[in-house]
This record gives sequence, structure tokens and C-alpha cells, in this order.
Amino acid sequence: MEANNRWFIAVTVVVALLLAVMPLPYQWLWFRPAFTALLVIFWVNYMPQSLGVGFAWAVGLLEDLVTGAAVGSQALALAVVAYFSLLTYQRTRAFNMGQQLMWVFILVGINQVLGNWVHSLAGKPVSGLTFLWPAVTSALLWPWIAPWMSGVAGRLHVK
Amino acid sequence: MLGLAAVVLIAINHYTDWLQPLRERAAGLAAPLYWLTGAPERVGTWAGEQLRTREELLEENSRLRRQVLLLEQRSQQLAAVKAENTQLKELMNSAGMVDERVLVAQVIGVSPDPLEHVLLIDKGRDDGLTLGTPIMDASGLLGQVIEAGGSASRVLLITDSSHAIPVQVLRNNIRAVAEGTGDLYRLKLRHLANTSDIREGDLLLSSGLGGRFPAGYPVGEVIAIDRDPGRPFAEAEVVPRGRMNRSRFVLAVVGESNASGSGDKDLGSE
Repeated sequence: MEANNRWFIAVTVVVALLLAVMPLPYQWLWFRPAFTALLVIFWVNYMPQSLGVGFAWAVGLLEDLVTGAAVGSQALALAVVAYFSLLTYQRTRAFNMGQQLMWVFILVGINQVLGNWVHSLAGKPVSGLTFLWPAVTSALLWPWIAPWMSGVAGRLHVK
Repeated sequence: MLGLAAVVLIAINHYTDWLQPLRERAAGLAAPLYWLTGAPERVGTWAGEQLRTREELLEENSRLRRQVLLLEQRSQQLAAVKAENTQLKELMNSAGMVDERVLVAQVIGVSPDPLEHVLLIDKGRDDGLTLGTPIMDASGLLGQVIEAGGSASRVLLITDSSHAIPVQVLRNNIRAVAEGTGDLYRLKLRHLANTSDIREGDLLLSSGLGGRFPAGYPVGEVIAIDRDPGRPFAEAEVVPRGRMNRSRFVLAVVGESNASGSGDKDLGSE
């Protein structure tokens, strides 16, 4: 295949945004995985030479605008997540699935902490550690998403 | 560098309203996404409607007929009462009641953030909605518009923890401010005088003070009062009348009554 099929990245971004605003029952809202964070972690690990902090920042800004959150909050959180992923991608690629899972938990946890920081700036009360639930669900989702995504990306020769 | 830019953006967003036009534009851009995520549910509803049996439809039909009859009877009385009311007001030389223009809007999405009680509806500036337009459903007030895009708007519900609405008790016109709690089924009256005459079961109406919400729409019902003599104020728990997370269609009041004044407050972000 000649083309490098970059459109697949755009498709995954749109899908992640769709999942991020998908309606869920009120009681389940806290357990929604941070899909955009997973997306950023995956792509930065998959092609660190071309996708990095800027990509994450743009995705975050899009998410802020779509969800109506404070503009810049997800941009900041995802940029930081992408930065850490860039620093460590050489090691994380050698991790087994269990280690990857823990690492994803920590990265999404950072994402949540930053998001929560902006929330408290806006005066929204957060009870305890509930804001970390998305990190747990995201980590549990990782073993399904990552192999599938890298399989499709590999077959499409995304580079 | 980009992190810094993000922090600056957050600060601008938090302390000024320069980004308001951008956010309003974004509400319109986001609408298709929400619309798409709502598609499975709409297909379900559509199928449910198409596949209903004749008996069900007949039954619903007769139920609606009965309801219409009841409402018509009530509206007959209403006309008489309204005429009388206008007359009395004229006698008292006070301002007349303004008939509000009401628009039906469809809810196309809810905020994915559990800390924000925000709805996305499919009407915007093109339909006459502006910042602060009151939104209600058949049973009570829901909230107000905080971002009006061209054809979609975001609505802050009265249960959001940054929202407060001036109310008064139907029984004796005692005024209070009902604050959102961040819980979809609770409002709170803080700072009630310990001696104020509020009872469980009292209906709260919007008082119209502050000039943003029209007066006289049901807001909620008092279910519990906490009078602790040791504290300077009593508190009351209120269950909102509007169905915050059930309404598929909402009403936007785009009449005279929404003066875009400051008045009733958004405590926090917007």
C-alpha cells in the first residue's frame, strides 16, 4: 500500500470523542473509561516519532469543546499524559500486559488528577477518590483495545 | 510550552468570559456527535412506537382523550381567573402579566461529566434563545441556557452545584433561594430563619426576583427541614419538580420575561 493511511488516526479520534459523550445512566457516569486518554497513550506509544504532545493537546482541546468542559482542562491533562508516554515508550513496549495495565492506570490517574484539579478550581465538590474510577476502568479496557488497535493499524500500514 | 498554553486557557476560561463565543460555537459543533450517540436509543423508540399493538394504541388514545377533557375544563376556569386577575391588577395599577412565548426543544445530549448537570438541546440563537433563557418541562423548571449556539444550546440544570434560583413558598409567599447540590434529585434551601413558616410538603414556585426566571413556575417540594436550635439558620431539603434526567422534550421560554439582567446568580464557573 502506498498511502500511509493516516486517516485511521482521525477515525479513532472521532470514535473516542463519540464514546466520551455517549449517554450513560447517571449512576454509571463515574465509571466511564477515559477514552481519549487511552487513545493518546496508544498512539504516542505506537508512533512516538510523529505523534506527541501537540497531538494530545489538540485532541484534548477538541474534547473540551465537545463536552463543554473548561476549555484547556483536557488539553492540559492529555498533554501531560502524552509527555510521560513519550518519556517512557521504549520501556513500556517491553512491558508484559500486567505491567502495561498498571502503567495505563497510573497515566490515566494523572489525567484524572489534573482534570479534578480544574474541577476544584471551578468549585465543584468531589467526594473522596471517586474521580479515579475512570483510571481503573480504562486500565481494565487496555488489554482489549491495545492489541486490536495495533492489529488494525499494522494491517493498514499507518505510519 | 503547550502545557503552559493550556493553563493559560483554563485561567482565561475561569476568570473571564472571552471564550464564551468559542464555547457557543462549539455547542453547535458538538451537536452532531451527541445526535449520533443518541441514534441507537432513537431507533429503539421508533421501533417501539411502530410495533405497538392496536389495543395499546386504543388504550393510550382514550387515556389522552380523558386527559384533554380534564385539561380543557381546567383551562376554562383559567381564562376566567386570568381575566379577573388582569382586572384586579389594573385596579391596583401594577404591571400586567406578560404571556410568554414557549418553544419546544429536544434534548440531544447530556454532559458526560458527572459533576456537571448540563443538557444539550437542539434550539439556539436562531430560534430566539439567548443566554439565560429559562428551560422547563411539563412538571417544573429545569434550568437556564448558559451557552447559546446557532442551532444548539447548553442548559445548566437547577440541580447543578453552581446554580441557585430564587423561590417562594406557594402557601405563604416566604422567599428563599434554592441551591443545587450536585445531586439530580435534591435542592437545598440554606439560610432559612429558624422561625420561618416552612413545612414539609410545601410547594416552591419561582419568585421571579432577579429577573431571569419567570415567576410562578413550580420548582420543587420541601421534603425535610432541619431546624437545629444550635445553629443560626435552618435548612430545608427540596425535591425538584422538573424531571431532570427523564425529559426528552423541554420548553424554552423565549418571551418578554427573560430580561438578561444579572440578578439570580451563577455561583461558580458560568
